[in-house]
Amino acid sequence: MVRKNIFWVLLLAVGIFLPLGVQDTFFRHVMFMAVLFIILGEAWNLVGGYLGYVSFGHAIFFGIGAYVPTILYRDFGLNPWIGMFLGACLAVGAAFVIAYPSFRLDLRGHYFAIATLAFAEIVAIAFDNWDYVGAARGILIPLKEDSLLFLQFKDKLPFYYIAFAYMVLTIFLVGWLLRTKVGYYLQGIRENEEAAQSAGVNTSRYKHLAFYISAFLVAPVGTLFAHYNLYFDPAMVFHFMISTQMVLVALLGGVGTIGGPVVGSIILITFSEYSRAWLGGGGRGLDIIFFGLLLVAITIYQPGGFMSILLRFAPKVAQDESHHA
Amino acid sequence: MIAQIPDAILCGILIGLVYSLAATGLTIIWGVMGIINFAHGDLLMLGMFAAFWLNLWPGMDPLFSAPLAAMGVGVLALIMYRFIVRRIVGASLLVTLLCTFGLAIAIRGAAQFLWGPNYRMVSNSWFHDSTTLWILHLSMPKFIAGVISGFIALAVYFLIKKTRTGQAIQAISMDKEEAMLRGINADRLYALTFGIGGVCAGVAGALISKFHPVSPHGGAMFVLISFACGALGGFGSIKGAFLAGIIVGVAQALGGFLISPAFEYALIFMLYIIVVLIKPKGLFGW
Repeated sequence: MVRKNIFWVLLLAVGIFLPLGVQDTFFRHVMFMAVLFIILGEAWNLVGGYLGYVSFGHAIFFGIGAYVPTILYRDFGLNPWIGMFLGACLAVGAAFVIAYPSFRLDLRGHYFAIATLAFAEIVAIAFDNWDYVGAARGILIPLKEDSLLFLQFKDKLPFYYIAFAYMVLTIFLVGWLLRTKVGYYLQGIRENEEAAQSAGVNTSRYKHLAFYISAFLVAPVGTLFAHYNLYFDPAMVFHFMISTQMVLVALLGGVGTIGGPVVGSIILITFSEYSRAWLGGGGRGLDIIFFGLLLVAITIYQPGGFMSILLRFAPKVAQDESHHA
Repeated sequence: MIAQIPDAILCGILIGLVYSLAATGLTIIWGVMGIINFAHGDLLMLGMFAAFWLNLWPGMDPLFSAPLAAMGVGVLALIMYRFIVRRIVGASLLVTLLCTFGLAIAIRGAAQFLWGPNYRMVSNSWFHDSTTLWILHLSMPKFIAGVISGFIALAVYFLIKKTRTGQAIQAISMDKEEAMLRGINADRLYALTFGIGGVCAGVAGALISKFHPVSPHGGAMFVLISFACGALGGFGSIKGAFLAGIIVGVAQALGGFLISPAFEYALIFMLYIIVVLIKPKGLFGW
């Protein structure tokens, strides 16, 4: 049992104890961001990896998750936890607006990818100009004392553990989902949609389902990110880069594997945050160059992502397991 | 207000022709190699910078530095093909997107490293006045940029449709193995296609610099617009990209004029979504 799940046991142990052992604030920040992107990657993977529909619009759900609780708290004094839930529900609503026409018209491949990108750009521009939510100036979350109830802490650790708990929950949920028939249906649709349909799978229903679950999972991450920063603007939460980073995290680790986003996020976020801190000074953009070249190198030499490197060293049992997953 | 609408339409058509050229470059790469080139906008940005620097030192008008920009960017595209893009031909959608995305931000980062993140303008243009044609006000820089872009897009169209090389390119896009069996060198034609894509981006960038600020991040919006134009016209269709570019240009100009300049880019994407709702594979898609 332990041997089979060594990867997850290790992750759990490292995730819980490492931030306690290291006092460095920036290191804790990096770990927090890595955990956020693990969740985003897992959620994106559900649509982009298992279902095979590449979405470049997931920043919409992230942004809604950031805005909804903040606005509701600012104007109505609603508790951010309830706001977080409402934000997730609204994200599902937004997912419906995107998914309904796209799936109805059977957009696939590049056309679907660019349609989601178009939706995301429209939303970003709309928020940039919408005065009620602060337009491009962004929005400040009203400051409170440290409290779990209002999701505000001076320290980074409580944020980290909340995010970590949510990450564990997400991974369990996705893992469980993939073991049910839904998981097989999704992968069936990815491999051959017509064949799945003629085998009696209601492809439209499962495509919608995957998209909604993915959106619902992404939104609370936006809430956490917003409360962690206490300030955000449309460029931080609706930016095309957010959508791409979710894709990158999944792809870097290995698309369509549960472990992929975990590995991908740890590598990508560590690399990008530290290169930004060390090389990014003065607005010279050295960190961006290295980041770009890293992506190119990975796609050329290791298109299967880092998971395919890890699997080479993994015990035989784990390898079989991952093939089924 | 009403009297200015024809002006806005004309202006839209002229800008649209430049978009057409950029989208043509993107769409032939997609049609022939099956790759959506995320780095397209950043190649375009390099074209803008080439025009800017050549304007600053020998004082060349972007109109005359456009061929130089085209050559420079074209050669860079060939180098990119030879060492990187070549290895991802035929890979999955995600791999190609990620690889070209990596190239895009590496180019962007390099530009920022070399020239800083500031916005600059091409100030020393030879043609800057506007003339009045009956009721239309014609801005010379836009007119020249539009007409030249239109001609180059047409030239690319004829190159692909009418010449022997172009027919060979069409052949590999239809059936690579069969074409190779007939003695067509696919690798060389892919390089040529990618190079032509780079040339289109370079020229479009140089011409756009006449009326658009130049900055390392300037390419990001143009790659999105080129995507929208390419998909609007149907990926792989030069005719479609050409028409879509003009439609997008007019929509942007009219929307910016009638609604608000803040929403002109949002309108482009809305237009794309509306068209795709009616014709899911674009205007000329297959």
